[in-house]
This record gives sequence, C-alpha cells and structure tokens, in this order.
Amino acid sequence: MEIIEIKNLIKKFPVGKGEFVALRGIDLNIGKGEFAGLIGPSGSGKSTLLNIIGSLDSPSDGTVNVLGKSVGALSTREAAQLRKSSLGFIFQSYNLLQVHTVYENVEFPLLLLKYDAEKRKKMVMDALEWVGLTDKVKSKPPQLSGGECQRVAIARAMVKRPSIVLADEPTANLDAKNSHNILQTMENLNKELKTTFLFATHDEKVINYLHRKIFLLDGKVEKDELIRSN
Amino acid sequence: MILAIKLAFRNLMGAGLRTWLNVLVLSFSYVVIIWLNGIMKGWDYQAKNDMTHYEIGGGQYWHGLYDPYDPFTLSESHAPIPTEFKNEIENGEMMPLLIAQGSIFPEGRMLPISIKGIPKDQTILKIPTQKLDTLTDAIPAVIGSMMANSSRLEEGERVTIRWRDANGTFDAAEIVIAGIFSSNVPGAEANQVYVSLKQLQEMMLLPGHATILTFADEKAQRSEVDGWVLKPKSELTRQVDEMIKTKSYGQTILYGILLLLAMLAIFDTQILSIFRRQKEIGTYVALGYTRKEVVMLFTVEGTMHAILAALLATAYGMPFLLWQAKVGWTMPVDTSQFGMAIAPTLYPIYTIGLVATTVAIITITTAIVSYMPSRKIAKMNPTEALRGKLQ
Ligand SMILES: Nc1ncnc2c1ncn2[C@@H]1O[C@H](COP(=O)(O)OP(=O)(O)OP(=O)(O)O)[C@@H](O)[C@H]1O
Ligand SMILES: [Mg+2]
Repeated sequence: MEIIEIKNLIKKFPVGKGEFVALRGIDLNIGKGEFAGLIGPSGSGKSTLLNIIGSLDSPSDGTVNVLGKSVGALSTREAAQLRKSSLGFIFQSYNLLQVHTVYENVEFPLLLLKYDAEKRKKMVMDALEWVGLTDKVKSKPPQLSGGECQRVAIARAMVKRPSIVLADEPTANLDAKNSHNILQTMENLNKELKTTFLFATHDEKVINYLHRKIFLLDGKVEKDELIRSN
Repeated sequence: MILAIKLAFRNLMGAGLRTWLNVLVLSFSYVVIIWLNGIMKGWDYQAKNDMTHYEIGGGQYWHGLYDPYDPFTLSESHAPIPTEFKNEIENGEMMPLLIAQGSIFPEGRMLPISIKGIPKDQTILKIPTQKLDTLTDAIPAVIGSMMANSSRLEEGERVTIRWRDANGTFDAAEIVIAGIFSSNVPGAEANQVYVSLKQLQEMMLLPGHATILTFADEKAQRSEVDGWVLKPKSELTRQVDEMIKTKSYGQTILYGILLLLAMLAIFDTQILSIFRRQKEIGTYVALGYTRKEVVMLFTVEGTMHAILAALLATAYGMPFLLWQAKVGWTMPVDTSQFGMAIAPTLYPIYTIGLVATTVAIITITTAIVSYMPSRKIAKMNPTEALRGKLQ
C-alpha cells in the first residue's frame, strides 16, 4: 500500500520578476514502513519535496497524496490536522522549544491531540525510553548535547506514533558517533512500529542506513534504488 | 485555549528578566491608575462632604436675586422668610441665613467681606455658631481658618467692621473673634465673617429677612416657593464635579502616557519575539498548529503580561493602596491657597468598579497591542519560518 503518491509534481518559486522551478515533474511512490532517503547535491530540491509532502508547502502543479489526502487541496486547517495526527518532523537544527523541558517538548504533540494526562505520561516515557533519555526528563535543551537534542527531537516526532516521519538532514549537526546512534534508533523504530521514514540528506553515514535511495538532481528523480525491502 | 495559556506562561517564564521588566512597568500602571483614581474619588467625596457640613447642608433655597458671584446684588437679595417654612425652621430642619456686604480693617488694611448672619442655635452646619452666644461689648463673630490666615486674625482679637444698612447708611462697630473653624471649604471661609442672624438683621435693619435658606434633609420632596429658587445639593456641588472632571482630563493624559510606555515595551517585545522566534513559529506549524493558532498563542502570551502584572500589582500594590486609604495622602503644598475645596490630607476611595475597569482596560489594551504585531505570523511562509530566514 502506498502512503505517499506523487504524480508529475512541479514546484516553482517566484524569484524577482520571474520564477525558479525547483521540482520539475517528480513521480514517486512510497509505501508503508519504508526507510527511504532523498539524496542529492545542495539545491537539488530535497527539502522542497519534503516540505510539500509534509503539507508545509503546496505543489505548483501535479498531485501529492499523503495518506490518501491530496495535500495541494487541503485547507490550512486540514493540513494542520494531517501534520498533527499523522506526520512527524525532524530538523537539522532540532527545533526544540528552548524554555520547555525534555519531557514537555516530547509531550507537546500529545497536548495538541488532547490526550489525557495519564495516556500522555505513558506515551512520553515510552518515547524517551526508545531514544534512551529517561534520565533527562527535567533538563532543558540548552543543557543538552547536540546528539541528545536530536534524540529528543526523534522522541517528539515519534511519540504520537505517526504514519510518516520526515527528517531533513537530521545528522548534519552531529558527529559520527551520534549520527550512528540516532540512525540506529530510527531504524529500530521503523522496524518495531512500521513507521515510514523519509530522509533528505547528502550525508554518507545516513545513506548507508537507507533501505531505498532516491537520487534527485535539478528537481528530478535521477535514480531510484531499492537496497532491501521491508 | 488552556494549552495556549499554559504554553504562553512557560514561554514568558522562559524569557525571564524581559518578561518581568514588562510586567513591572505594567503593574506600575495598575497601581498608579488605581491610586490616582482613588484619590480623585476620595477628594470628590471629601469636598462634597465638607461642603455639606459647612456650606450647603442638604440643599438650599436662594433668594431670587442672589448671585454669589456678584456681591453688588446682595443689597437686593433678601426677603422676609416665607411663612410656609416656619415649622421647619422651628424644628431646626431649616436655617435662614442673611448675607450682607461689608469690610473689616485688620491691622489698618481694608478687607472686603461677606457678613453672614446665622442662627446661634443651628445644628445643620458644623460652623461653631454656639460661640456667637457670648456676651461682650463687641459683636461676637466666627471665621474660618483660611480667613484667619489671610487677615492674621486670632481668637479673642477685635477688629472694626463696617457695613451699609438697608437704607444705604454706613455704620461701623467692633467685632471680636469668638471662634475659628477649619472646613477645607473656601466658599465657607474665604472672606466670610459669621455673626448671629439676629445681630445682622438688626445691623441691616432687616428684621425677619434672609438671603438663603439651608435645609438639612436632601431627600425630602421640596416645592417651589415664590421669589425663592430651589438649589438641590447636586446643583450646588456641581462645581466640585466640574473641578474633578477637569482634573480627571489631566490624569487621563497621565494614564495615557503610562499605558503608552508599558504598551511600547510590550509591542517591542512582541515584534522582537516574532522576529527572533521564527523557527519556533515554524515548529509550531510543523507540529500541527495552524498559523492562526500561532497568532493566538503569541497574543495570549503578550496579554498574559497584563495578567501577571495584575498579580504583581496585587502583591505590592494592594498593601500600598490599603495603607494609603488608611493614612491618606498629605499634599506636599499648602492646600489652603488652592481656592478649591481640598483637604490637606486626602483619603483615596477605591471601588470594585474602579479596579475592574482598570484591569479590563489594561488587559484589553495589552491584548490589542500583542495581537497587532502577531498578525504578521499569519502571513509567514512556514518553510521559511522554519529556516529562520524571514525579514
Ligand atoms: N522559497 C524559495 N524561493 C525561491 N527559491 C527557493 C525557495 N526555496 C527553495 N528554493 C530554491 O529551490 C532549490 C531547491 O531548494 P531545496 O532547499 O529544496 O534544496 P536542497 O536539495 O534541500 O538543498 P540543501 O541540500 O542545500 O538543503 C534551490 O535552488 C533553492 O534556491
Ligand atoms: Mg535542504
């Protein structure tokens, strides 16, 4: 079953008086439980594609269906609902809420989903367990190392057990050891929870973990390599 | 909404010093506005209260020609006391007053005055008229402390008084200051000399005449009387209302400036927040907020300054305000020179309405000032916000 279906996706950005075509006709399907990555040089359109899949941006042309919903046709409210309930994001610079504790950061998506306190507590502790941060619940992001921050971000993305996690350069600010650590964590979660992971990266370390490599060049899919199926 | 409040609170606490500076400035506005308004209320109350006790009682009938601003009308503005008031006057519920023009000569200077003839046994006003009941060879008179100060007359002192009787003949006598009272009411003190009504009627050759009839009970239904004009208390105190109103305009400007300062700080904080926290804004959107909800979050956050300020103001302002209500505020200048009904010490009066209005106005203003810059968030591109690249 495909949970991401992209047909002839075109994305243009207005630049000055003209426009810049960042994605020039992408066709791509991603199934449930994949551990896939968009690979390509800087400017090839990886982030742009990821943002459209994440309903943070809209297509200029073509269709993008995520979990059966056409993201271009969603209202802002519906798009927010889709992100809230089904999508997890991991960013290069973690994007944690600085004044909130680790616990509160991870709890945040559950508050948005209006889960009750007891359920929230259990889910937050589970998520922190997955990333091995149960001893840091009361710390705040400024007190954590980069690796720890990214693990909090993974816990925050995973805590609501979303169908899809979109990770844009999640290791770019991490050293090799921390990179491997979080990649292993994500791979395990992918295996256990059947969460679909889609990366955007040009980091060799990440690429080596991917089960499917989608190469982008100048806004087009250049090569699509399946390393191993789930 | 509850989540927004919780988040806003955490964000504000996280912002630390900046938050508390804003909150401090705002709380200051609360306390100053409530205090100043309380002083005005207290002043209004005191002025009317003192006027009631020393000048106007529960209201008055004025002789049809009497004009307090034109002393030359005084020779005409008197008439025999209407018979329909005989009962009331005998019961002490009403009191006739005769007013005449005259001069005294303290230390050889001439001082134009109003001579007021007031019944010795009256109880409607707090003027110590019983002191007029002394037997001396001079005419016993009572004056207010403002008058005593300006004429440098002391109790027991004698001074020449000159007046013109009903026939237009000048006459002179000696008065002795039998008592000095203090009322804070310029109308009752400034250039006023009180002698007994009988005495003045004799001096003026106007037996049974009066200029003003002051009654005690302001509630009683009163009818018009030919030749006399009914002056209800509300009309007689209108000057106080107008004075307080004029003062209030000046104060409103002060509140405006205070609020403006506080609001500038909030506005600045909001602008800075929105600029510096783009990534956070993008993150909220990525986590499932709509941009409108983020606008709301930032608005709540800004508005919460007002709530925290109210709490802080309660913490230090309440004891201060209550203490002020108890000991009062003594003006650092000599108020007797003001020419208005103002006591040297004012006791602020706070009402629930005053506090509620102040809190409402400040909170609403803060909400608006927080909302305005936050609207910008609704126009942000979330992907650019996430990268923190917006201008
Ligand atoms: N909002 C925008 N306005 C104009 N051009 C844009 C905008 N966003 C992206 N682009 C352009 O689209 C192209 C693709 O950008 P994108 O960020 O998707 O690249 P990327 O593959 O993620 O690169 P990197 O590896 O550096 O992150 C780039 O040339 C970029 O300049
Ligand atoms: Mg990118």
